[in-house]
Amino acid sequence: MRGYFGRRYMLSASHRLHSPALSAEANRKAYGKCNNEHGHGHNYFVEVLVGGAVDAETGMVVDLVALDDKVRVQVLERFDHGNLNLDPLFTDRVPTTENFCKAIFELLHDTLPAGELVHVRVEETENNFFECSARG
Amino acid sequence: MVFLTRRATFSASHYYWNEAWPAEENERVFGRCANRNGHGHNYTLEVTVAGELDPVTGFVVDLKWLKGVMEQEVLAAYDHKHLNLDVPEFKHVIPTTENIAIATWKRLEPVVTVAGGARLSRIRVYETPEIFAEYRGEA
Repeated sequence: MRGYFGRRYMLSASHRLHSPALSAEANRKAYGKCNNEHGHGHNYFVEVLVGGAVDAETGMVVDLVALDDKVRVQVLERFDHGNLNLDPLFTDRVPTTENFCKAIFELLHDTLPAGELVHVRVEETENNFFECSARG
Repeated sequence: MVFLTRRATFSASHYYWNEAWPAEENERVFGRCANRNGHGHNYTLEVTVAGELDPVTGFVVDLKWLKGVMEQEVLAAYDHKHLNLDVPEFKHVIPTTENIAIATWKRLEPVVTVAGGARLSRIRVYETPEIFAEYRGEA
């Protein structure tokens, strides 16, 4: 039977929304206070949903400890307590939460210990979140 | 098509153990969850039904009815129970969060289907705020 296993993680990071393609004024207009020159930060919650057959012997879609290890190495150690703008993934992309979500999806896709990645959801604050799924 | 979700909580104990394996294998695979004395969680259950709106009431299903069904079919069996020892479907099936989601589906699906008007769409079970499993009725 196909089931889904979800796990939530938290990481703290800073970012600045600023596009080199836009003028200073256009950046301020597009990004408002998120364009603040010296950046700002969030506690991001990252939700990972893995789909797959529920293993008949273990009753699991994916082993929690193995999933945690993968997310720790691929995502948490890379971004937690860091500045997203300085990560090579954001050299050419503005670290909006949409792009951050997509980047995490790409980092985890095809590297899971079992099952397949169904969605990644990133909550920037308790009032806004973004989701990325395999459907695009 | 509108989706309606109702949430409920229950508290239960469990442990993970595959009778076909030696103790060391159970401890290696399941870690702390293999402690035979059990441990417990406050589970949050989310039941999602899908259907067309009733033109008169504007409901997918009556929420009071759904609450009653969840209490009668699921909470009465799981709440303040030891899942391995008190619940028949977990006598030979390990009560992982995934299997609890599947078992909850099996308990609710016939009742929701017989009532008509809506179909069961998704069961989500949170074991902690950070861990959850879903079952959507897929083979």
